Amino acid sequence: MDFKEKLVSSFLAFEEEYTGSNDDLRNIRSQAIKDFETIGFPGKKEEAYKYTSLKSVLKEDYNIFPKGENSLEYRDIQKYLIHEIDTYDLVFIDGVYSSHLSSTTHDKIDACLMSSAINKDQYKPVIDNYFNKIAPKNGLNSLNTAFTKEGAFIHIHKNTMADKPIQIINFSTGNESSLFVQPRNLIVVDENSHCQIIERHQSLTEQPVLTNSVTEVFADKRAIVDYYKIQNDNLSASLIDNTFIEQQSESFCSVHTFSLGGKLTRNNLNFYQKGERIDSTMKGITLIEGKQHVDHNTLVHHTQPNCESHQDYKGIFDDKSVGVFNGKVYVDKIAQKINAYQSNNNVLLSDRATINSKPQLEIFADDVKCSHGCTIGQLDEEALFYLESRGIPKKEARGLLMYAFANNVLESVKIPEIKKRINKLIAKKLGIELGFHL
Amino acid sequence: MLKIKNLHASIEDKEILKGIDLEINAGEVHAIMGPNGSGKSTLSSIIAGREEFDQTQGEIIFEDTEISEMDPDERAHRGIFLSFQYPVEIPGVSVTNFIRTAINAHRNANGQENMPANEMLKKIREKSEMLGIDRKFLSRSLNEGFSGGEKKRNEIFQMAMLDPKLSILDETDSGLDIDALKTVADGVNSLKSKDKSVLLITHYQRLLNYIVPDFVHVMVDGKIVKSGGKDLAKELDERGYEWIKTEKAV
Repeated sequence: MDFKEKLVSSFLAFEEEYTGSNDDLRNIRSQAIKDFETIGFPGKKEEAYKYTSLKSVLKEDYNIFPKGENSLEYRDIQKYLIHEIDTYDLVFIDGVYSSHLSSTTHDKIDACLMSSAINKDQYKPVIDNYFNKIAPKNGLNSLNTAFTKEGAFIHIHKNTMADKPIQIINFSTGNESSLFVQPRNLIVVDENSHCQIIERHQSLTEQPVLTNSVTEVFADKRAIVDYYKIQNDNLSASLIDNTFIEQQSESFCSVHTFSLGGKLTRNNLNFYQKGERIDSTMKGITLIEGKQHVDHNTLVHHTQPNCESHQDYKGIFDDKSVGVFNGKVYVDKIAQKINAYQSNNNVLLSDRATINSKPQLEIFADDVKCSHGCTIGQLDEEALFYLESRGIPKKEARGLLMYAFANNVLESVKIPEIKKRINKLIAKKLGIELGFHL
Repeated sequence: MLKIKNLHASIEDKEILKGIDLEINAGEVHAIMGPNGSGKSTLSSIIAGREEFDQTQGEIIFEDTEISEMDPDERAHRGIFLSFQYPVEIPGVSVTNFIRTAINAHRNANGQENMPANEMLKKIREKSEMLGIDRKFLSRSLNEGFSGGEKKRNEIFQMAMLDPKLSILDETDSGLDIDALKTVADGVNSLKSKDKSVLLITHYQRLLNYIVPDFVHVMVDGKIVKSGGKDLAKELDERGYEWIKTEKAV
């Protein structure tokens, strides 16, 4: 039985154990499993998966329902959190909520669990309005929807500034054999509200782990959402991240993705602009080696006039690692005066490393500014000589130059502790020592 | 300290240095002057170990050791410093972080531990004060958005921090106004000592009013064609380089 068949046949057992009372959701899930059965996993023949084959990660015999409860102590996981600042934490272990590691809130904002949100009447209007509304119907999204059980539910009420950032951390432990997890997050930010989200998937086992995560984000008028994805998982863990963001007028949303680890990582990131004067920002640093594979697949759909989008992805690839960047910008006919910028710059450190970079601009309006640029290069020899002439050995000099190359992506990070953490992770990977300040 | 014998070098099969002989003793200040394209900058780069140039003949001996095969960082550890004509910008790496990395690389190469933070801070303060460098400047990204004068002053700051035996200043005066030039020259002069040597590469005599050389060499078409004392620089400034070319032809 292949993985797809296993999932489809597991659905009945999942339904029987499922204690939810929401009939609407039950119908959505039943439809979703049918869709998954029809569509299946994306194959290499699909244009969007031409350079990223899921074959190698789908061949494992994953456990779909983790047995028993796995617990972790705070001291074991502290280093994976941004613990230097006060945050709300939503911690999941093997897909199950961990109450003793989490801190939730219902004070002006709701930062809690999907499982409780879908079962309580008070959240029903939000679930009805927003759940599964913007994730496009495809194999991976439908699969996630069918098995919707747990994840983060975040609702920032009108005119509210979340008092601290919210961390969503998914751990996989080594207690099971290989594991398949599907977090489902819903983030609704009402008018004039603001929140910052930090997300991380972390495997604590050498066993294979595959995560198929779906996150829907709704930013209402003048809302501000800053989303940080820290991807530094171990080499037996793979991640398919599907994040969809719908924005209303004058909202500002940014997503920073730091891809420094994992076996295979695919980021599907879509922005749908539904009003005017919207800003959508996507930035990323990819720094991988060995046989690691990171794919950024972005889409910005400009449907209304006077909006902006900014994309800036930097990649450094060593050994036989593979990078993919596919950035699509879609401008509707009525969406005049759009400014859309896209840049993807890459450094290949080895002859066997690969980057496939493909900008795709589909513009139907005639008064827009769209720019895209893609570079693939090696390190600047003159700069390398400058550093070496100061006594810095070649290896470290290369590290410093790579650090400098990726650094400007961090400028727009608004939480200094994240900036520091990423700086540290990058410096460590590059074998350089930094962090000395006057 | 430095002995260069019959040095030939080329880049992509084009010969740029055509037999250079030069000897610099401890405590001496030498200046190499010459028209554009004569090979002055190539000479300075090749002493510091730039790999793009192919050293086809000759020897470079630094403190009795042939260094032609050494990497640039190893030459730096032995005490050679090159101040660049166009210092490179390194975004995201502060001047302080950079100099700390460089100093510790020197120390590690000589079997020493990293410099303790307080000692480093003290040294940074001392040298930056000496060169009139603002503390804020030190936390800025290396050379990023620096003016021409700031870049050159930063080069001299690094030189002061690394305390080299042989300092090569490649066109350090270019792009500097008179005040910046004075500050840079004061910095270099304050670092002079009887066991340190300086090699100035310059197009104009101007810098030599402030850093007075013991010897002046004129380089034309990849060769040193005339050597003399500091008065030679003045003569060059008044008469240009043509007369030397003519004299040589005769």
